[in-house]
Amino acid sequence: MHLKSKLGGAAAAAVMAFGLSTAAQAQMKVGFVYVGPIGDHGWNYQHHQGLLALKKALGSKVTTTHVEKVAENADATRVITKLASTGHNLIFTTSFGYMNPTNKAAKRFPKVTFEHATGYKRLSPNVSTYSARFYEGRYVVGKIVGKMTKTNTIGYVASFPIPEVIRGINATYLSAKSVNPKIKIKVVWVSTWYDPGKEADAAKTLIDQGADVIMQHTDSPAPLQVAEKRGVYAVGQASDMRNFGKKAHLTAIVNNWAPYYVARTKAVMDGSWKQQDTWHGFKEGMVKMAPYNSAIPAGVVKLAEDTRKGIIAGKIHPFEGEIRDQSGKIRIPAGKRADDGLMAGMNFYVQGIGGTIPK
Amino acid sequence: MSADWLIPAMLTIITAATPLVFAAVGEAVVEKAGVLNLGVEGMMIMGAIAAFATAVTTGSELLAILAGASAGLVLALIFGILTVYLQSNQVATGLALTIFGLGLSALIGHSYVGKTFVGLARLDIPGVSDIPVIGPLIFGHDSLVYLSVFSVALVAWFMNKTRVGLLVRAVGENHDAAHSIGYSVTLVRMGAILFGGAMAGVGGAYLSVAYTPLWVENMTAGRGWIALALVVFASWKPWRAFFGAYLFGGITIIQLYAQGMGVDVSAQFLSMLPYLATILVLVVISRDSVKARLNAPACLGKNFHVSC
Repeated sequence: MHLKSKLGGAAAAAVMAFGLSTAAQAQMKVGFVYVGPIGDHGWNYQHHQGLLALKKALGSKVTTTHVEKVAENADATRVITKLASTGHNLIFTTSFGYMNPTNKAAKRFPKVTFEHATGYKRLSPNVSTYSARFYEGRYVVGKIVGKMTKTNTIGYVASFPIPEVIRGINATYLSAKSVNPKIKIKVVWVSTWYDPGKEADAAKTLIDQGADVIMQHTDSPAPLQVAEKRGVYAVGQASDMRNFGKKAHLTAIVNNWAPYYVARTKAVMDGSWKQQDTWHGFKEGMVKMAPYNSAIPAGVVKLAEDTRKGIIAGKIHPFEGEIRDQSGKIRIPAGKRADDGLMAGMNFYVQGIGGTIPK
Repeated sequence: MSADWLIPAMLTIITAATPLVFAAVGEAVVEKAGVLNLGVEGMMIMGAIAAFATAVTTGSELLAILAGASAGLVLALIFGILTVYLQSNQVATGLALTIFGLGLSALIGHSYVGKTFVGLARLDIPGVSDIPVIGPLIFGHDSLVYLSVFSVALVAWFMNKTRVGLLVRAVGENHDAAHSIGYSVTLVRMGAILFGGAMAGVGGAYLSVAYTPLWVENMTAGRGWIALALVVFASWKPWRAFFGAYLFGGITIIQLYAQGMGVDVSAQFLSMLPYLATILVLVVISRDSVKARLNAPACLGKNFHVSC
């Protein structure tokens, strides 16, 4: 107890010191909370790339703080509160599990602005949420893998059966099916976001069972490496993973948070920040494609690019009816497009995908 | 349904089990000497980064494996000095070692994220590797797989058939008695701890240079803890630890194959299976409480000091 109160005192002193320097320079302080290591070369790595871009864009007008590997429990509350109480004007909390801690802190610190990634709760006016339409990227990738596979089998290393992941599988399948009616998709759930060994094992399993294109919704480059070794294709996840398998890497769906981070920081600085729920895709540049592998025929690259441009122009929508689920029930009627609510809660496989979603 | 997948599945099982074999067999020796080192995860991850860094910089596989072993050894040395000489609590020190190893490896590994290299070469004997079934199962692995089997045999022989092995076991069973007849408990324990560290380091090296030739933080993902469980599972016997590792790896891989083949069982249930199997076997082998107690080293986790 004594030690704690002493530490508290030290923290308070630090806060005052920080507070003074902030006032003196009138500087913008931005905090970032990451759920895993920056070194994952995936989800967290890309958020950190956003931080670096922010620093580059705003230079000395902004100072940044980042905290890595913050567990989605009481630790998160502590870290977010600490950032809020040490003079940070804007705090990005970049994992779904930070939803409640972020909202709690926002209530306590009404003058601090909070941005929570992938969440849906905005309980105080100083909290915004943001996410990216990764399924648009999956839809572009689907066209490529549908054309590139010779065994007509896509292997998919999946993490957890949440709408985000299921949406990705559906978008891939629908897109691949549209260019290759014989396409099959094999899904293996590894029940982890991040375990290179297990992800590699899953990729090996899928290749052994006939898949010749590997896709993943997990964070490490291990599946791609396995694909390279076995001489099949793969698609990178979250960041450009070319280095881990130059021949195998068809492309990657890149999470590009930088423009959003710069825009929101500027908005706080000039006072124009407003609460919003952002779901950006190709159009706004939050989702990007990594360079295409030179092994992809020009026609297929064109098909992929046309799809991407079509999505940007609003001419193509990955979930345009008629779409039925596995039981044959119509989920999206002909001519209609899935709305954000349906997509955000997607918990069914579309017709044609084998197997069942783990419950 | 043909059984074409059986051989590749078995090959995948071998790679999944090998890092566990190294770490578990090493820890079995440590615990037989009466020391509980919970720092296996930390020593493994240090082995992984040291081996990967060496492999990327020098391109030498041998140096990489040696670096992995040395990194595990150095961490074990710290643990040994703290617990054997300075009498610190083994459980707390071991846990600290794991946390320390995870942090330090992340710090060292910072500049190695995103790098890669080809991975360990496989032993390919033309003609022999092509023999159906036996060829791919026995030949065509990387050198560390063979080393893991060899080290299990060596440890089993050493612990059961040699005088020094008997001494190690004696120190683990009753350190006062061993001391009173003139053996150096500290020396024996330090030796065992260092050996365990080197083995954990090689297990980690296997992850970063053979299993998935890359470096990402926390890439051991709990395998050190599984190795610790395997030691108890194996009732401190090297060959049982070996089979335990293969059983564990086997169930993990089979469940992935079952999913790929569309077997309609919940994926969460399948993921749970390896752990469930571990618990089941633990229950079965410890149902005879007298026997279970006989298996466990009596002085496990107890510090030794001449004055007590």
